[in-house]
Amino acid sequence: MDLLLTQLATGLALGSIYVIVGLGLSLIFGMLHVVNFAHGAFFMVGGYVGVFVFAKTGNFWFSLVAVPLVVGVIGMAVERVLIRPLYGRNIDDPLLLTFGLSYIFVEVIRITFGLEGIPFGTPRELRGAVDIGVGFIPLYRIFLVALTAAILIALWLFLEKTSYGLIVRAGARDPEIVRVLGIDISRVWLFVFGLGTGIAGLAGFLSAPIQSVNPDMGVPVLAEAFVVTVVGGMGSLVGSVVAGLLVGVVVSITSLFAPDMARVSIFILMAVVLLVRPQGLFGRKGAMG
Amino acid sequence: MSMLASEPVKVAEESVFRRVLLLIARHRMLSVTVLLLVFPLFMPYTSLAINILVLGLYAVGFNLMFGYAGALSFGHAAFLGMGAYGCGIAFVKFGIPWLPSIGIGVLVATALAFVMGYLAIRTRGIYFAMVTLALSQLVYYTVFQARTWTGGDDGLRGVNLAKINLVGFEFNFLNPTVRYYVIGAFVLFALWLLSRILESPFGAVLEGLRENEARARACGYDVSRARLIAFTLSGMFCGLAGALYALHLSIVPIETLHYTMSGLAVMMAILGGMGTFFGPFVGAATILLIEDLVSLWTVHWQLFVGAIFIVFVLFFPKGIWGSLLERLRL
Repeated sequence: MDLLLTQLATGLALGSIYVIVGLGLSLIFGMLHVVNFAHGAFFMVGGYVGVFVFAKTGNFWFSLVAVPLVVGVIGMAVERVLIRPLYGRNIDDPLLLTFGLSYIFVEVIRITFGLEGIPFGTPRELRGAVDIGVGFIPLYRIFLVALTAAILIALWLFLEKTSYGLIVRAGARDPEIVRVLGIDISRVWLFVFGLGTGIAGLAGFLSAPIQSVNPDMGVPVLAEAFVVTVVGGMGSLVGSVVAGLLVGVVVSITSLFAPDMARVSIFILMAVVLLVRPQGLFGRKGAMG
Repeated sequence: MSMLASEPVKVAEESVFRRVLLLIARHRMLSVTVLLLVFPLFMPYTSLAINILVLGLYAVGFNLMFGYAGALSFGHAAFLGMGAYGCGIAFVKFGIPWLPSIGIGVLVATALAFVMGYLAIRTRGIYFAMVTLALSQLVYYTVFQARTWTGGDDGLRGVNLAKINLVGFEFNFLNPTVRYYVIGAFVLFALWLLSRILESPFGAVLEGLRENEARARACGYDVSRARLIAFTLSGMFCGLAGALYALHLSIVPIETLHYTMSGLAVMMAILGGMGTFFGPFVGAATILLIEDLVSLWTVHWQLFVGAIFIVFVLFFPKGIWGSLLERLRL
């Protein structure tokens, strides 16, 4: 029983990464109606930026702030230069473009940092384990859950309590009206794309101590982020949070009983959700067709 | 003066070019046959020609769903891969002759396409790409784990086909030229079948679906059923490509199931021209030739492919063949 509970806690920590990745994807889709196929690549770039900055400065906290900023700026440049010309065209076009972009990101990273992965140890401040009553949990995992909670609260405060957040929410619902009211919606889109990719990058850096960073780390993450958004309901932020945690727990519980099935389990979860509730747990009916 | 004199010549040249293209587009089966027969002569080596043939067929199968039925799938590697593994396992582990093995590969891929389609069709538009990608990852990890049957990470080895008997004659399959024409015969048959499907009333329903789904629905067509049939057929063609790929490579690498393989189909279809009959082959030839040439001096050939792909999405969404057809208003 204790083993199950510790595994549950591990699952929540793993789920935190899924939450952050899925949240960025959902945010971008909810606002821009763009499925960002480069989301995994931004995640990977974030991992490399973090490892690079940490190697130069030796300061984990500074790296933690620098990563989302750097990756977010890259994301904004991508939105401004490449994605903006595609608004109003076929809905598949931005998806295809970001897909092609992920190839370029992967190759640029391979050219700069080499084909092999770079191992990254847990930062000194966050080593060790904590007794949570039922067993010991690595401190870093608790830090992950806490940080995710902080990001969620900050995001919620921003979207619900600030006037800019109001514009973002209004823009997601009816961009035309927002434009008529005299607000430059393209700047909002630019910002949201930067925000979504920035937190994808942050997630990449946060996962570095769990798995070493390597150029191909974005592909499984992309597929898993899609599972999170499909299970949670596309465009629903609450859905991303619940589904992200659920996916994390399912993976870690499965790896307790049937380690071979761990990677497969989340896709089976998605298949079940599609059969029972095609619009996702928190999706509106009809949103999926 | 000289400009005036040169002009009629240019027009004549253009119209000959136009006429040739017109002929190709009108008589597609005839031109495919001729093209297939002489194609290896233009390629640096025969093995590359076979690769283009097989992956071209794969892109053609993908294009049936993407270009004609209008749904973008990012999971078609599952059908290429299961066609390859189905054929390979039947051939290696059960000792079944090569021809029925191909049939088994096609069957496995078709059945998988039906199941995957049944799940994915419940979602629409943009979700379709995500769900198909996720489901193909499920197939990838499952095959990866089933080492005893699939060889896991190392791939399925020993799909060695040396001698084949066709209509009483014995052929040496190890000879690249023989292999090219044997595989070419299968590809030709598949293209003929596809051509018939596209010209059938069902093909018209598919194009109607792509152009205006609401109207197709209003006309009384069962949209999800048509989509599911198209997806299953699409998987069938990709499965055949996979089975042929296994016999050609004499190994089934796990990469045939990988996400990048699904992406390759998307790239080939876009680069060549989605929704056109020849586009996927043009795209396959373009990408594989780029790979062949660029990888001579750098391992980072995907950088070029990615950049070219982005340029096409931004400026030539109709692809090489599609833009050419539009230019000539065929």
